[in-house]
Amino acid sequence: MADSVGRQVDSINHATEEDEKKHEIIGAKGEGKELTKEEKQRLRKEKKQHKKNKKDDRGPPEKEKEKEKASVPAPSKPATQSPAHKAAPVPVNASASESPVAAEKPAKSKAELRAERRARQDSERASKQGKKEGGQQSTSSKPKATPNELQPVVKRLPDHVQVDDPVALKKLAKKLERQQKSGQGCSLNITGVKVPLRSDYGYKVSLFSHLHQYSRKNPPTQQISIPVTVIHPSIVRLGLQYSQGIIAGSNARSVALLHAFKQVIQDYSTPPNEELSRDLVNKLSPYISFLSQCRPLSASMGNAIKYIKKEISNIPSQCKEEEAKRILQECIDSYINEKIILASEAISKYAIEKISDGDVILVYGCSSLVNHILCEAFEKQRKFRVIVVDSRPRLEGREALRRLVKKGIRCTYVLISALSYILPEVSKVFLGAHALLANGYVMSRVGTSQIALVAKAYNVPVLVCCETYKFCERVQTDSFVSNELDDPDDLIVTRNGKTHLENWQTVKSLGLLNLVYDVTPPDFVDLVITDLGMIPCTSVPVVLRVKNVDQ
Amino acid sequence: MEEAELVEYFRAQIRGDPDVASAVAAIRSLLEFLRRDQSETILGLRENMTQAIRRLEETDSSVAVSSGGELFLRFISLTSLEHPDLSQCKNVMIERGELFLKKISLSRGKVGKLCHTFIKDGAKILTHSSSRVVLKVLENAAADNKRFTVYVTESQPDSAGKRMAQKLRKLNIPVMVVLDAAVGYIMEKVDLVIVGAEGVVESGGVINKIGTYQMAVCSKAHNKPFYVVAESFKFVRLYPLNQQDVPDRFKYTADILKTVKDLNQEHPMIDYTPPSLITLLFTDLGVLTPSAVSDELIKLYL
Repeated sequence: MADSVGRQVDSINHATEEDEKKHEIIGAKGEGKELTKEEKQRLRKEKKQHKKNKKDDRGPPEKEKEKEKASVPAPSKPATQSPAHKAAPVPVNASASESPVAAEKPAKSKAELRAERRARQDSERASKQGKKEGGQQSTSSKPKATPNELQPVVKRLPDHVQVDDPVALKKLAKKLERQQKSGQGCSLNITGVKVPLRSDYGYKVSLFSHLHQYSRKNPPTQQISIPVTVIHPSIVRLGLQYSQGIIAGSNARSVALLHAFKQVIQDYSTPPNEELSRDLVNKLSPYISFLSQCRPLSASMGNAIKYIKKEISNIPSQCKEEEAKRILQECIDSYINEKIILASEAISKYAIEKISDGDVILVYGCSSLVNHILCEAFEKQRKFRVIVVDSRPRLEGREALRRLVKKGIRCTYVLISALSYILPEVSKVFLGAHALLANGYVMSRVGTSQIALVAKAYNVPVLVCCETYKFCERVQTDSFVSNELDDPDDLIVTRNGKTHLENWQTVKSLGLLNLVYDVTPPDFVDLVITDLGMIPCTSVPVVLRVKNVDQ
Repeated sequence: MEEAELVEYFRAQIRGDPDVASAVAAIRSLLEFLRRDQSETILGLRENMTQAIRRLEETDSSVAVSSGGELFLRFISLTSLEHPDLSQCKNVMIERGELFLKKISLSRGKVGKLCHTFIKDGAKILTHSSSRVVLKVLENAAADNKRFTVYVTESQPDSAGKRMAQKLRKLNIPVMVVLDAAVGYIMEKVDLVIVGAEGVVESGGVINKIGTYQMAVCSKAHNKPFYVVAESFKFVRLYPLNQQDVPDRFKYTADILKTVKDLNQEHPMIDYTPPSLITLLFTDLGVLTPSAVSDELIKLYL
């Protein structure tokens, strides 16, 4: 037995060069939870090939590898020489993506080693199981063993940051198609209605080619036929509101999401022979995919969804449907109340301590939390004035200005280009956050890190206000790896009847980049005000740990 | 127990044992207050204790008294006070209070033991004003047969540095007193800087005698390590953003706060050193980086 294991290990080592690409594809796939039939078949094929290759010499795999290398530089040449028509973006993208994949190969040696180790573990486990269960079971147990094996070893890239990998895109499309069959035991006959896959729009700057870029003029709802039997109408409305920018701001989006889910739960009825706790979670998955197609989910929305799924699966099985629905509605209400409304009250209480008379406070963009704090402070008779900094193309600062002036607060309005001119007057900077990452970095609207940087240079304290439900376990050190690209047409402006960038798509070398988020390092942030109190930026993992212990 | 009695007891403690930290003396007085308290309910007891702490803060306005008092209160009330009988509850609280007092009396020794290993043979140390914890650390290092020289700043307006120099001379440690203005001049000669603290704030910064911030900035400019030694009862839930943000009740001595009308004319006695200038903090909880202080504070207070 040990002999066969050893031989299998050897055969795997022989075959790694050929298998590495397959393992990389499997390793790089977005989903780790379910293995489709294709994956299981592919794994079975690999096992068969291992057994074949242990007899063959190394010649064929090496020849194949050489052929691969020769083919990779060839498509990259026609890609640069041929006029890249917009009519045929797919082959250009495919060949362009192969070259970065090949270029990444030497850097991916760690992934190769991991793949080797994984394969070795698979084969050892499979051979042990084969001993117990007999030869017939071995092929089915091997793919079963692999999903459990694959999950803890490799951290998968989410599919929304793999737009330049055609295999990942195909996988995503198949997943969306699969999600039209809602529930395994369901007897509905839905024909051809699937969660639409939005296609990218316009030329993407190469640094951000791994992200989606959609156009606001093509909402995903155009591709859904009527009647929509799969996606609940309130979710469709929500998705449209997200994609058109009608609902913006992380608190607003989360609250709208939770209200829509309340409606969904209200209208839900358990199909026969199904349990609510399991079926409802499966029902929600296509809705979530649809919403992420409309606009990528924010960290706060992700945490809210995790909470709902946990609450649903905690419903006891003997609970009646009406009772369960009531419980879920209450859970959602209490979540909104505790984590958003009461949290903002607590944060205002702490923040008002930091606002003294005679302060000049700088705010950027429109953060619901910061506006709430300033209005509360004004009601408590603090004497201060506010400088609102704004930036194109969203011009959200105007909304903040409107709200503050309505309250009666003295405000000044500047664009971000005047920042270093206005900063010597400022005594404090208050910033909102979209999410706080586990390494202390603050993810917020693009332009925030610039403000923090210049404020640091002028020794002005920077205070970030963030509720704890926006803390996420992700770690990011730059703004490239995970971001959002907004509609590039937003950057086009018409002045005096002239639109200079009207035909930007015809200019091959021109790309318009409309980033939504950026990431601020913790050295630039002096204080984070959360509902748990005032903490330094480096204590975010402590809060996450305390929260996990509570749950 | 009346408030006047409490203050008298507190002052007697300090007179009796001049080496004791003011926070420890305060906690002893609070324990005595607890023993003699006559209230009927637990809520009444807590209110009396809070009032007592405020009274003590008025007597001695250092940060440590405030933080020590609050920690004491939290420590004794953190148990399950489910006994129906008030006197039983009080006994539990008194027991815990005594336990707390015993723990913090040992804390200075623990800090000394941790820190003296960082002093190498032949080192030149710079310190600021008079700190009993730094004295303990240097004592331990000298007992370990290490040879080192100490430079102490004079630390006006109360010339506390000269007192520190006297104490060090008694321990046969070579010491030299320098002017506060000579910190930049002397920095290139020294190997490390050790200071005490009156309070350690949530950001990991420290509040200490005025002149500490200057010393920290100079040591950063010369790339010399800047160590702070403090017991854990000095951790306080403040978060100053800059020098102005430190509350007035800590900046000036208690007598000045009571008598003077316009505080802008007075000179503050303490300043705030931000965490970016501090290398390490030595506490009885261990050797901490400034960012770990918040972690410990969350554990202590939540």
